[in-house]
Amino acid sequence: MAKQQIPLTGAQQLTIGKALNLGLRRALEDDPKVLLMGEDVGRLGGVFRITDGLQKDFGEDRVLDSPLAESGIVGTAIGLAMRGYRPVCEMQFDGFSYPAFDQVTNQLAKMHYRSRGRITLPVVIRIPYGGGIGSVEHHSESPETYYAHTAGLKVVTPATPRDAYFMVQQAVRCDDPVVFLEPKARYYEKGEVDLDAPVASAEPLFASRVFRAGTDCTVVGYGPTIRVLRESADAAAEDGRSLELVDLRSLSPLDLDPVYESVRRTGRLVVVHEAPTNLGPSAEIAARVTSECFYSLEAPVQRVGGFNTPYPASKLEEHFLPDLDRVLDAVDRTFAY
Amino acid sequence: MGDKPSTRPRSGTGRTRRASKRDDEVALQGPTPDPEFVQLLSPDGERVDHPDYSVDFTDEEYRGLYRDLVIVRRLDLESTALQRQGHLAIWASLEGQEAAQIGSGRALRKQDMAFPTYREHGVLWCRGVDPTAPHGLFRGADHGDWDPSEHNFNLYTLVIGAQTLHAVGYAMGIGYDGKVGTDDGEAVIAYFGDGASSQGDVHEACVFAGVYHAPVVLFCQNNQYAISEPVERQTRTPIYQRAAGYGFPGVRVDGNDVLACYAVTRHALDAARHGQGPTLVEAYTYRMGPHTTTDDPTRYRNGSEVETWKQRDPIARVRTFLEKQKIADDAFFAAVDADADRITGRLREYVIDMPDPTPEMLFEHVYAEGSPLQDAERAWFRDYQASFAGEGH
Repeated sequence: MAKQQIPLTGAQQLTIGKALNLGLRRALEDDPKVLLMGEDVGRLGGVFRITDGLQKDFGEDRVLDSPLAESGIVGTAIGLAMRGYRPVCEMQFDGFSYPAFDQVTNQLAKMHYRSRGRITLPVVIRIPYGGGIGSVEHHSESPETYYAHTAGLKVVTPATPRDAYFMVQQAVRCDDPVVFLEPKARYYEKGEVDLDAPVASAEPLFASRVFRAGTDCTVVGYGPTIRVLRESADAAAEDGRSLELVDLRSLSPLDLDPVYESVRRTGRLVVVHEAPTNLGPSAEIAARVTSECFYSLEAPVQRVGGFNTPYPASKLEEHFLPDLDRVLDAVDRTFAY
Repeated sequence: MGDKPSTRPRSGTGRTRRASKRDDEVALQGPTPDPEFVQLLSPDGERVDHPDYSVDFTDEEYRGLYRDLVIVRRLDLESTALQRQGHLAIWASLEGQEAAQIGSGRALRKQDMAFPTYREHGVLWCRGVDPTAPHGLFRGADHGDWDPSEHNFNLYTLVIGAQTLHAVGYAMGIGYDGKVGTDDGEAVIAYFGDGASSQGDVHEACVFAGVYHAPVVLFCQNNQYAISEPVERQTRTPIYQRAAGYGFPGVRVDGNDVLACYAVTRHALDAARHGQGPTLVEAYTYRMGPHTTTDDPTRYRNGSEVETWKQRDPIARVRTFLEKQKIADDAFFAAVDADADRITGRLREYVIDMPDPTPEMLFEHVYAEGSPLQDAERAWFRDYQASFAGEGH
């Protein structure tokens, strides 16, 4: 994606990676207080090239190659935010966000509350997350539950180039800390993005979206599983089943009104994510949907997720990750009641 | 206790010097107080010259430092008493560390920013924050109710060492703002302790400070103990010497000498504001009291050690100096005591009368831009509470 020469105007076919790159470029252009910081984000442009070319154009004081210290990156970003900056930190991989866990969950998340609103920390923590790239251990984690569980953080994840482009800009403009989860296995997926459209024209950052209408069963996912949902709906259609698909986009706050509305029509719900199911996002969604839609449900909410094991060696990940067959199997189960 | 540490040599050619070994130190079970450090006022109240550091205070300023020291100690003793009487849940005493805090706190210029631990009540006093401000935290009413930007004094941090990174980041921001290089430049001070020196965050803070040449003073109060663990459990290397590994100067100062703490900190802050980068200061001091009111130091240190440190009391030496030099008279000392009575009396009233937070405050300020989950919970809780109306609950 790095060397793709894209005219910075009009409707373009972009990869998610390039859309993020252009979104970050826009954020740097729009506000001189925006800084990018992280390991290898400068000269190299990041290991996934998401920040490619940005240090060259904005300088070393706007795009910082940080020491190899995740807690240091987030901790200094907090100080920079106190000083009036809007740092965007890159954690190189999901598994490497854990060394910064105290700074993210104790410091960043709680400062506004502790200070009774006197300190706002508009910090974005970008984390490439999820599996499916055949990588070695600690490079395929789904840490969203940790962050979404922490009050004070907002957690969002785009699944399309258009969302990637706008959501990253919206996250930078947000006055609350945002954990911005990027489905790394989808960095190379392409889609159309209108680069002339203002950020204000985009949907709200914390809104979920029904992206395919259906009548028989609602299937909810986010980030890397959105493609699996799409494939599942195609396959189900061949079997004569109509799936309604929802992209959550935001895990904190959760926007479940569209899910409730959908489930009241379909009576069935399957929730899909790569994160292990135990106490995961699907558990929360199932609980809330059961409360809100109890008399509409034809079957218990079904969950498809990573198994409750450590992320396996990559030769096993195809068995670990939710796929079309497991989603359709779960859909079938909702018709067994 | 034998001779006092006044046998410390009074002249030297280096930046630091070695004090003579004393008999009474043999009895110590804890760290050997035989350090090289900068000292300008000996424990028996004699001014000591130092080639690299000097202070030239007016009599008024000398008296002011004494007043600060006395008042923060009295506030601290009162706070401990308030805890013992059930008005505070816990208190972290600064007793013994007054000189390190007043010296460094008074060295700050108005534009400088401080990042404290949870024990910097003396620095808080120097920054002009109301001395009652931290007591909500220790009572359980809030997490610190002062405006950090109004006083350039950040909230207390309880996770050990975490604030050092915030300080360095803030200092990096000063650099990006171009606010270094002049007398009006800004600088940051990060407080931490000997225990925190083992934390990864403090290491990372030093790395970032060095790499980005940040205008920050990393001020370690080595009070010899991390709760029960003596400094030997943290390091075999004198803490200030670690600075060399990060590429900036480190200096150890007599942390019970308010003049030396002032001089060393002022020097380091001015270097930072002029663009000369960070300094690590180790203030060699002693925590006279327990870690907090929940702690029992008799389980891990002996009385003779404490007695030895009492001979180095940070306040007594200033009083001796003021008396010897006839800078202050009995009327002044009485006036300071009366001030302390008044201020601690006000603290006592404030703490005892402190209202409990309202239940609604539970839901306030979770997010700057709000969030529907907390809004829904707040609404639910309001209705839930209203459902008890008239039931006598």
